[in-house]
Amino acid sequence: MTDDNCTKFNKGNETMTQDNTTISRKKFIEELRRYEKGSISRRQFLGTTGLGTAMAVLGAALPGLMPGRAMAQDLGDRVVLATWPNYHDAANFDLFATETGVFSQVNVFGSNEEMLAKIQAGGSGWDVFVPTNYAISTYVEAGLIEPLDLSKLPNYDPAAFDARFADAGTIDGKVYAVPKNWGTTGIASNTAKTGGVVDSWKTFFDGAKDQFDGRVMVHDYQLTTIGNALAYFGYSFNSVDPAELAEAEKLLIEVKPHLFAISSDYQPAMRNGDAWLTMCWTGDGKQLNTDLPEIAFALGKEGGEIWSDYYAIPVGAPHREAAYALINYLLAPEVNAREALAHGYPVADARTNALLPEDLLNDPILYPAAEALNALEFGAAVTLTDPNRAELMARFKSA
Amino acid sequence: MTRTRARALLLMPAGIWYAVLLLFPLAVVLVFSFGERNPIGGYAPGFTFEQYANLPARFAAFRNTLTLAPMGTLAALLIAYPLAYYLALKVTARWKTTLLILVIVPFWTSILIRSYAWIYLLGGNGIPALLEALGLGDIRLINTPFAVLVGIVYGYLPLMVFPIYVALEKLDRSLLEAAADLGTPPWRSFLQITLPLSMPGVLTGSMLVFILLTGEFLIPAILGGGKVFFVGNALVDLFLQSRNWAFGSAVAVALIVIMLIVVALYSRAVRRLGAGRDDVGLM
Repeated sequence: MTDDNCTKFNKGNETMTQDNTTISRKKFIEELRRYEKGSISRRQFLGTTGLGTAMAVLGAALPGLMPGRAMAQDLGDRVVLATWPNYHDAANFDLFATETGVFSQVNVFGSNEEMLAKIQAGGSGWDVFVPTNYAISTYVEAGLIEPLDLSKLPNYDPAAFDARFADAGTIDGKVYAVPKNWGTTGIASNTAKTGGVVDSWKTFFDGAKDQFDGRVMVHDYQLTTIGNALAYFGYSFNSVDPAELAEAEKLLIEVKPHLFAISSDYQPAMRNGDAWLTMCWTGDGKQLNTDLPEIAFALGKEGGEIWSDYYAIPVGAPHREAAYALINYLLAPEVNAREALAHGYPVADARTNALLPEDLLNDPILYPAAEALNALEFGAAVTLTDPNRAELMARFKSA
Repeated sequence: MTRTRARALLLMPAGIWYAVLLLFPLAVVLVFSFGERNPIGGYAPGFTFEQYANLPARFAAFRNTLTLAPMGTLAALLIAYPLAYYLALKVTARWKTTLLILVIVPFWTSILIRSYAWIYLLGGNGIPALLEALGLGDIRLINTPFAVLVGIVYGYLPLMVFPIYVALEKLDRSLLEAAADLGTPPWRSFLQITLPLSMPGVLTGSMLVFILLTGEFLIPAILGGGKVFFVGNALVDLFLQSRNWAFGSAVAVALIVIMLIVVALYSRAVRRLGAGRDDVGLM
């Protein structure tokens, strides 16, 4: 979906609430979904939903578009969300604003370390943020997040969630965080250039020095870059054993001169063909594969990372009630399904999955076969705070 | 109101500004640099020289900064001088304003966005594709120190052009006329009159660019593909990734000390160069 279309949808959504005679909201969303899936054309979509006409009218009446605040006196007008890039459907925030009068201010971050640094420094101003499984215990120990009041999250149904992707949010019997999405860190390869799908860290790192010289990218992220180098040797993705880390360091430093880049922003280089091979998160793999079918996504067969992200509320969140409202809204299955369609990360909520199209649920990138996940490991809390892994990464980058 | 009191009152805004936004943060950095890393990251109070002893761990970052920053400054100077000379002495008044505005125009867009544009220019489908079509073979430009240098010169060029332009603009043209009347060839009057008189601009521009470059982290991260590591990048990682604030502070203090030494040496050299002349200054 282009930005242009995005804006149009937003305007449309806001009109819908003011005038429901043309089309019901439910019907509108169905049409929107069909349009997103490509089953109907943009022209058809604009025609069916009445958006085409609405926009013509709206052109003359733009200032009148601010949603009313009548329903939301006690929530305030703002909620600040710290999350990851390309991880939401912007239209959902607009609908949330229309329904509650609360506008979402979205900040994106590149690593759990960076999020932790901001919260530790104090005064982050965040109301909701999205930590990954292995970071949560550190936040709890440092007293930086508070147990959630589940009575304010009626849309959270623990029974609907796959426990593997929900249990990291519960510590000592208290729920500190509720699950958002899960995913893996695998390998994206441009098969037109690599001559086949790369599905092992052995080929990834050996190839980087050889047939893929100058075409391979690793994340600018200690967890995955060091973790996958450890997986190359068959060690645990989470190892902090000095001898094993030393081997991983040797491999990384040998490979470095042959790398295209050390960066977590790998989509542009993969898309324009400069890079052929990269460490890659599920959603990016899905997005790349959708646009360029020759780019494949595979899991490293030696192992690697499986992860799940959660919603949490920092201690002292300035708009606490709005934070609960936003999390609750985003957990509503129909909202969450729209999120999944936009970002391409798998969902652990059975109620949401029931709403997703069959082909998405059968997509091997999003939902790999259960046995393919067996070799993967969840990140461990120790990797987040281990000074040796951090220093190893610095030596690798400055080598 | 006495004169002293008026003076104190007038200096107060600047004084408060410097105290709150310069001295206080510097003091915090200094205190942190003697502390320790909190086990979960951040700062833990302490008094140790451990962080300073660990500085060699960032040797490569200092080396990269202290080689690429002077190279970038020199390259910017070599490109900026002829441009400033042309703008100040050759171009007609009618075009001058337009051309000066064109020098500033890039500043209207964030350096981040402009650096991203260079990713495409230097990437495989950009200039290298052009060179390959010309039969120059497979050349990689993006994510090399060269790409970083290009980004640096591009980003900082206006900062070099303007001080030199101002110095040349002030140049007393009658000196050049007199030299010509007395039969001095143009290249000699350039070397003996124009160049020495424009030195204040050259020095100001060079210092401005060099000092800003030593703290640069964006251009190496974007155009160096994370492989060209400056002190600025080391600092970003220490504060935002490994959250070793104590060591990060020590690196920052070391950078400040190195800069002070470089600037002191530089201004001493300049004073010797301009001995007996009072128009050659640092800024």
